[in-house]
Amino acid sequence: MVTKQISVFIENRKGRLGEVLDVLKSGGVNIISMSLADTAEYGLLRIISDKPQDGRAALSAAGFSSMLTDVFILKIPHEPGALQQILRVIADEELSVEYMYGLSAGGNEASIVVKMSDLAKADEVFAKHKIQTLCYSDLI
Amino acid sequence: MIWSKEETLSRAEMEQLQLSRLQETVARVYEKVPYYRAKMQEKGLTPNDIHSLADLRKLPFTTKQDMRDTYPFGLFAVPKDELVRIHASSGTTGKPTVVGYTRGDLETWTDCVTRIACMGGATTKDVAQICFGYGMFTGAFGLHYGLEQLGAAIVPSSTGNSEKQLMFMQDFGTTLLVATPSYALRLAEVAQGMGINPKTDLHIKTALVGSELLTDAMREEMHAVWGKDVRITSNYGMSELMGPGVSGECLEHCGMHINEDYFIPEIIDSETGEVLPAGEKGELVITCIKKEGLPLIRYRTKDVTRLFYEPCACGRTTCRMENPSGRSDDMLKIRGVNVFPGQIEEVVLSVEELGPHYEIIVEREGYTDKLTVRVELNKETDSFAELQRIENVTRNKLKVVLGLDAKIRLESPNTLQRFEGKAKRIKDLRKKQ
Repeated sequence: MVTKQISVFIENRKGRLGEVLDVLKSGGVNIISMSLADTAEYGLLRIISDKPQDGRAALSAAGFSSMLTDVFILKIPHEPGALQQILRVIADEELSVEYMYGLSAGGNEASIVVKMSDLAKADEVFAKHKIQTLCYSDLI
Repeated sequence: MIWSKEETLSRAEMEQLQLSRLQETVARVYEKVPYYRAKMQEKGLTPNDIHSLADLRKLPFTTKQDMRDTYPFGLFAVPKDELVRIHASSGTTGKPTVVGYTRGDLETWTDCVTRIACMGGATTKDVAQICFGYGMFTGAFGLHYGLEQLGAAIVPSSTGNSEKQLMFMQDFGTTLLVATPSYALRLAEVAQGMGINPKTDLHIKTALVGSELLTDAMREEMHAVWGKDVRITSNYGMSELMGPGVSGECLEHCGMHINEDYFIPEIIDSETGEVLPAGEKGELVITCIKKEGLPLIRYRTKDVTRLFYEPCACGRTTCRMENPSGRSDDMLKIRGVNVFPGQIEEVVLSVEELGPHYEIIVEREGYTDKLTVRVELNKETDSFAELQRIENVTRNKLKVVLGLDAKIRLESPNTLQRFEGKAKRIKDLRKKQ
């Protein structure tokens, strides 16, 4: 099962990240996790939130170049080698990961966000190998 | 040394020569170039209406737009098989401006440049290193053949790879440098970085600089790094007229002598098109009176300057023009290359992932011009690879059109300033730096 992630293009400029967060705050959007990847000139901010559609609409209205992207949230045991094992499965099934970032960790479990190259196939592979995917309701 | 006797004719002799060449040229374009014939007929003119040099002002102007409208060969006065060389320079948008030379034109061109080299102090003993780009650009070839005719030894090192340029200079004992003023300064900077002192380890005695404005500040800076005794002169030209060799400075440094037996200069008010008296500042207009391939009539150079007719202390009697003080259009010179904002606009509009707004920033880093184009992203994406692709496509297109490397800065939509009146999309920060 996929989750909607908000992706926002931001220039590397003072205060720009703050502006995005201002827009989300005004829209009452709660951020569950985020990742900011950057180059010398610009970055992509990726956000998992409780209201992706509302958040994205607010950002577009404020003039940001943003989109919703389908990503998977995978639940993994909080122990050495757990992530490595999932990545082995992904590689063996000839799937590839475009990017990933951590979402939460607590107790015996952790979760990560992954953007897969082939959504449909990834869905099948995760089901086949009993890799558990989560959605918002599981997170809040 | 004065190369040609035409450089010292009396005013009356020069005017007589100019008139007969002008009459021949006008008769020829009327007969051979339908575009000019139509333009003259519109004004009710025939070649028989040119009785004196003053009648020149009756003739229609030629602009870059005319060259664009007749691309590529529409203004040529000879069949294509009489051409022996074709060059091109940047057009205001889209297609470049194409110029062609007959064998006779190449001889004329060579002669013009030889004169300018002599004016600047070049001699047969010189080892002349030409740091202009060889290619469609006329600069390198013009200086190459002119200096070769004089008898100097040519090192056609072209542009780039400054370390290698300096190695040649040192090992070959180069005495004459041909470059843009900013590249001449850049070379000195690189030399110092390599532990080479340009004043004592190199042997440059003469610098013929062109293709970019030589300001007094740059000349002083050049003396400071290359030595106070180095003879620095600037020269002027443009491919539409021929290339370098239209005019050049002599060692008296009191303006650039125009090769008037080949080019008749006029100064006009760029708004009204009215001819202004000698000494007044305005747009330079040039009529080619000895060209076979592409004899342009009253070509509007868009360069702003003044003309002086008093004989010079160097012995030459030809008219002199001041170093152009600006442009009457929005052309930029970046690293010696002509850039029209319209060319950049066209590229921006052709990339569908970009919005139509843009801003051009020109800065100077050290002695090198840097071009940055700010554009707005018009595509939503979650992928760095896609952003990179958009950047690369834009940069490559600009490189093809301008021949220059530009930095692309992607911005969010609605970031760049919107204009209601005349857009100010160019930030040239070099003047302040």
